[in-house]
Amino acid sequence: MLRIHQRSFLSVAFLFVSLLVCTKAFGKAPSRQMPAYGDAIVVGSIGDASTLIPMLATDATSHEIAGLIYNGLVKYDKDLNLVGDLAKSWEIKQGGKEIIFHLRKGVRWQDGVEFTSKDVLFGFKTITNPKTPTAYAGDFMEVEKAQAPDPYTFRVIYKEPFAPALSSWGDIVVLPEHLLKGKDITKSPLARHPVGLGPYKFRLWKTQERIELDANPDYFDGRPYLDRYIMRIIPDPATMFMELKAGGLDWMGLSPVQYKRQTDTPFFRKNFRKYKYLSFSYTYLGYNLRHPLFKDKRVRQAISYAIDKEEIIRGVLLGLGVVATGPYKPDAWFYNPNVRRYPYDPQKAKALLAQCGWKDTDGDGILDKDGRPFSFTVLTNQGNSLRDKTAQIIQYRLKQVGIEMKIRQLEWTAFINDFIDKRRFEAVILGWTLGQDPDIYDIWHSSKTGPKQLNFIGYKNKEVDRLLVMGRRTFDRKRRKKIYFKIQEILAEDQPYTFLYVPMSLPIIHARFRGIKPAPAGISYNFIRWWVPKNEQKYILP
Amino acid sequence: MGLFLFLLKRIMGLVPTFFGITLISFLVMHLAPGEPMSLQANFNPKMTPEMRQRLRAQYGLDKPLYVQYAKWLKGLVHLDLGRSFSPDRRKVWDKIKERLPVTILINVLSMALILVISIPLGVKAAVRQNSLFDQVTTVLVFLAYAAPAFWLALLLMLFFGIELNLLPVSGLHSLMGYEQMGALEKIWDWTRHLILPVFVSAIGGLAGFSRYTRSSMLEVLRQDYITTARAKGLPERAVIYRHALRNALLPLITILGLSIPGLIGGSVIFESIFAIPGVGQLMWSAVMARDYPVLMGNLVIVSILTLLGNLLADIGYAAVDPRIRTGIQSEE
Repeated sequence: MLRIHQRSFLSVAFLFVSLLVCTKAFGKAPSRQMPAYGDAIVVGSIGDASTLIPMLATDATSHEIAGLIYNGLVKYDKDLNLVGDLAKSWEIKQGGKEIIFHLRKGVRWQDGVEFTSKDVLFGFKTITNPKTPTAYAGDFMEVEKAQAPDPYTFRVIYKEPFAPALSSWGDIVVLPEHLLKGKDITKSPLARHPVGLGPYKFRLWKTQERIELDANPDYFDGRPYLDRYIMRIIPDPATMFMELKAGGLDWMGLSPVQYKRQTDTPFFRKNFRKYKYLSFSYTYLGYNLRHPLFKDKRVRQAISYAIDKEEIIRGVLLGLGVVATGPYKPDAWFYNPNVRRYPYDPQKAKALLAQCGWKDTDGDGILDKDGRPFSFTVLTNQGNSLRDKTAQIIQYRLKQVGIEMKIRQLEWTAFINDFIDKRRFEAVILGWTLGQDPDIYDIWHSSKTGPKQLNFIGYKNKEVDRLLVMGRRTFDRKRRKKIYFKIQEILAEDQPYTFLYVPMSLPIIHARFRGIKPAPAGISYNFIRWWVPKNEQKYILP
Repeated sequence: MGLFLFLLKRIMGLVPTFFGITLISFLVMHLAPGEPMSLQANFNPKMTPEMRQRLRAQYGLDKPLYVQYAKWLKGLVHLDLGRSFSPDRRKVWDKIKERLPVTILINVLSMALILVISIPLGVKAAVRQNSLFDQVTTVLVFLAYAAPAFWLALLLMLFFGIELNLLPVSGLHSLMGYEQMGALEKIWDWTRHLILPVFVSAIGGLAGFSRYTRSSMLEVLRQDYITTARAKGLPERAVIYRHALRNALLPLITILGLSIPGLIGGSVIFESIFAIPGVGQLMWSAVMARDYPVLMGNLVIVSILTLLGNLLADIGYAAVDPRIRTGIQSEE
């Protein structure tokens, strides 16, 4: 799932639960304390959920809650490998055109009805139904046929091999048929009282106040240790931080300043544990490639040389991030570390610009060519202080090589509709949220430059087009890796974006919780195996 | 009979005003860039153009604006505010209804607090015009008026919530064990949670009301009947509170009437800061998401209350002040 992110939402969109870690936790180290059941965790969130039917929701909070209540056929493990969830195993046939899932037996919905392949088929029919207002139907439109030959087998046949297909069978598409059949899904009570089959059961939802979940004792993968999950909705980040200090929260996402300075006190060291890992996102400076200023790739390369990305990370993220070299984060299996890099080098930038004919002929400090100065406006969305600061640092550095950059901030919806969609921009500072699959067809393929489509910068490269299609048709990991390595090399050479940085996720969690193990997937993948020793439990539930 | 006719005329006048408000709001709302699906659809690679069209059709956005307005108006006549455009598709009235009680509660409490503090303050300041007390309170209420609510709220939270650990930082009631509390405990729990929000939302209003009271009181104190009352040898207390204040409060009726819509309007700022699930936040997010039905629903309620508040102020004024009814003016 790829989506541009507007605000930094707390924590990740999906919580993935790992079988592997669970068996390990049970099997090893009797000398250590045994995990105990009980206690509750209170999580802070800036926004409320919108609906708890996953295929209708588009916001991170809804998916975070729904991810604890529903399960998919497959999920990502801690190292971002696709593993079985409701599916015990699967077979890929006909060169990738056909997938057969073998489902677990004896899994029950939280109202006691058994889960079968019919529920998957129903979910598939619902998501592809034109009447369902879902944003996720795209992947399922590639399906030619879906069948449920017996209760524990589910078969899909694609029109063409489609590598991202497997991962699309996550928790978005499994729905309880017995509760929804023949009903209008947009008016279903499940939106506010979900019935799932996941580790947690819905307890209550007070709009814009909190959502509570109880442990599901019959969860097929074992009962979670923590009895209750409470999400409090606190729209103001400053208030949220005070709640954390006052003991009203156990888990929130910190800003770089909070991480570095405000939590660097004896109180926090004693009562909390901080974690950091690369977030699934990156921030970039994107150029409108239709604009005459940015047509020449040497100009774009020059700008990349002129910007000190390390400095931005130090200044904006207080060091809590890494330089982005392409559209992936460095700990992904498909990340290519050996692409062309653009370290800070103003001399090289100036030389490249001079090669293209940009010289300061009138001595005003700004480069010019054919009587026109090198001046452009960068757009970014209002209310994102990180992007605002990034823009200011870039402005300062570009001025030193003789480029004038103006900054304009716009309200999000107006920004997208009036500027991005109408291609009325010269450059933008924005970010992308990354998926676990390397497929980036929608952002870089030349067929996606139309109105409302995501290749809004107008990038066109025949070789990249070919590779992107090939990457979608290839299932073999090694061959896929090669394809995406090549794409990263071309993008690094072309610099259609100046890739800036990958920020870190900075969760803070109360020290009484045990079993948290950061991994490439983040920390929440083994949430159901987090526990609190009996003598440290804070909330005793009846 | 005169009063009845007066009322009827006023109410008849309100109907076209009300529909005018809805029409203009509807138009202005649609002028803002973007559409309700923006948040779901923008920059979502899984969103195909066909799906976008389908969503538009589902929301009725593919029809001309006047058709959309007519449809909305038809719903309104049947007391149906429609369904929200957000993914939950809940009924607009349900969304507003669940947030109204807490917003009304906080605003009524804060209004009461404002009146209880600012009226005596204004009276004292008027009686001792230009005294030290007058000057100090003037400076203080204006400081309170000028202080940004969010800043004040954060300072109070830090002091009472964390340093002293006396009051909860945010929210409406305790996280755990609220269900098991007895009625008295629940009220105490609510009170503790409401002290800071009510205080913060009231403090900005002190300046206005105390200044109104003061100037209205000053005017009354200059009147002949006050001199008469004093000449009769009435004690100063009686002169001020029985004779002067009663008359000085008349203009405040108008102001009170005008604050009725504010009672349900809520405030984004203090609701966000204190994490209170009120109407203000709903409105704010509806604006951001271009959730037209929710916005219109809210506007309908606020505009009805504004009109009603005006009407009540007129009636109240007419009822207590015969001069309004008979048209006799006092002489300068």
